[in-house]
Amino acid sequence: MTPVQAVIAKELRGYFVSPIVYVVGAVFLLIFGFLSYLYIGFAGSQAIQLMQMQGGVAQINLNDLVFRNLFSSMRLVLLIILPILTMRLFAEEKKLRTFEFLITSPIRINEIVIGKFVSVLLIYLGLLGLTGLVPTVLMLFSDFDWNPVLTGYLGMALLGAMFLSVGLLASALTENQIVAAFISFGALLTAWLISGLGGLLGDTTAGRIISYVSFMEHYDRLVRGLIDTSDLVYFGSGLLLMLFLTHQVVESVRWK
Amino acid sequence: MSESGAATPSTVDRLNITPMIAVQNITKRYGHHTAIDRVSFSVAKGEVLAFLGPNGAGKTTTMRILTCFIPATEGTARVAGFDCADQSLEVKRRIGYLPETPPVYQELTVTEYLTFVGRLRGMAGRTLTSALDQSIERLELGPVRGRLIGNLSRGYRQRVGLAQALLHDPPVLILDEPTVGLDPKQIIEIRELIKSLAGSHSVILSTHILPEATAVCQRVVIISGGRIVAEDSPEQLSARLRQSEKISVTLKTASVDCKAKFGAIPGILNIFPGQSPGTFLIECALGYDLREEIARIAVSNHWGLLELRTVSMTLEDVFLQLTRDEENVAQPGKIMAGTTSDETVATRESPS
Repeated sequence: MTPVQAVIAKELRGYFVSPIVYVVGAVFLLIFGFLSYLYIGFAGSQAIQLMQMQGGVAQINLNDLVFRNLFSSMRLVLLIILPILTMRLFAEEKKLRTFEFLITSPIRINEIVIGKFVSVLLIYLGLLGLTGLVPTVLMLFSDFDWNPVLTGYLGMALLGAMFLSVGLLASALTENQIVAAFISFGALLTAWLISGLGGLLGDTTAGRIISYVSFMEHYDRLVRGLIDTSDLVYFGSGLLLMLFLTHQVVESVRWK
Repeated sequence: MSESGAATPSTVDRLNITPMIAVQNITKRYGHHTAIDRVSFSVAKGEVLAFLGPNGAGKTTTMRILTCFIPATEGTARVAGFDCADQSLEVKRRIGYLPETPPVYQELTVTEYLTFVGRLRGMAGRTLTSALDQSIERLELGPVRGRLIGNLSRGYRQRVGLAQALLHDPPVLILDEPTVGLDPKQIIEIRELIKSLAGSHSVILSTHILPEATAVCQRVVIISGGRIVAEDSPEQLSARLRQSEKISVTLKTASVDCKAKFGAIPGILNIFPGQSPGTFLIECALGYDLREEIARIAVSNHWGLLELRTVSMTLEDVFLQLTRDEENVAQPGKIMAGTTSDETVATRESPS
């Protein structure tokens, strides 16, 4: 087992011993289930209305009525929930004075950062995987196009990974877990809100830059079933930038 | 005594052996505050060195530089021949470090924690298993190896911290207050353990418990105000700082003239009353041993000689004198009226 794998294993163990992952996981799955129920119910009522208007069996688009709405709504859920998953990663090490031990161990800082990030990403992907029950069950009773669903899941995975990397950076900035959660929540909310500013500025250079920086447009395209290289580059580069900044913050503690 | 800037050669330098730890003129500044100032010392292979100093003296800063947690602003520190700034990974592989607070993860069991530590240090398979078992046995952690560290007492956590430092059998050990939180029996066991490491491991031990330094270490470095104020064996330090010989006398029936009769002996400088009736602390000129003469006078005067012994400076006396001298130099206004170093030393009696 490499040092990175050791860090991943230790972090995963830490998550499953503490109640955080159970509480966050339960809330996440409950909200996902509840929203699915709402949108499926909404699609059902739409189908009944159509049947009454047209007679016979109505054809409704579950991709638009259920999954697109569901994935769009999950943005806010991720924004609130994921900082709680990441807040402990470095802040707890600092608080419990294990940070010095970690830094003085024969492991590179980037290995520590990657190990911690991968551990929380695995937790998140696990939770995301459990939500796969919804489209699987829905598939048994209805017909829909799997491609937009899969790109939607890809969007949620990429968006979640980027949110987690922001949370990891916030956790490296402080030894207080609550402060770390608020920093990442504030940063993500700001990134969300500036997309509105981009809309106001319209098709100007500033507007285009702001729209590109905000995750909204990139995520929405994936939710609509479109895979654009620029969106993948956006999420990939954003994630790498956050991991790089986390590395620099952890490294800078040594120079203070 | 080696004053900073005019350091006498250490054991390592005198014997001309390659040191396991070599610190040369390291300085660490935090903004305008200088935490340590041109600190130099070395530790030979197998040597146990005590690092003494009051709080804020720069002990932890020095240890953190040696363990590559922070870099020095100036100077060089090398461990096992590797530079702490440029070859930090190599240095870290060769160090076992116990910080002031045991670096333990409360959500892991003792075995899980030590396994994690071993894996971080590149250990695996049978090597890791046997090192883990050995470490657990050495620190007597067997009864708690399956328990969560968060549920362990302070003493056990300290031992788990020590176990992680020893796990990979590193050639260099840096221990910051290793016996804090342990009960007297455990303290003795840990001291014995550290003593047993001498010869095969180079150990730097920071402690506030001065008898611990005397009991465990071959050499002592006293740091105060970020500078090394003394470096030698406890005995040598005591001998060098001693400015007079001191003898404690206890008489059964001391008469009013005994002070005058003792004072008439050539070589006696001062006679102080002791803490109990009939006890005197006699200060003689350096190099004089007047015990025979004192005994003769006491016996011939039928004072009932109960006890006669020389009083030597303890490491505590040395430490207090050196660190206080340093403070006095820095803050002359703090010198208390009517108090001299000699008086402090003279009133501290301890069996030789």
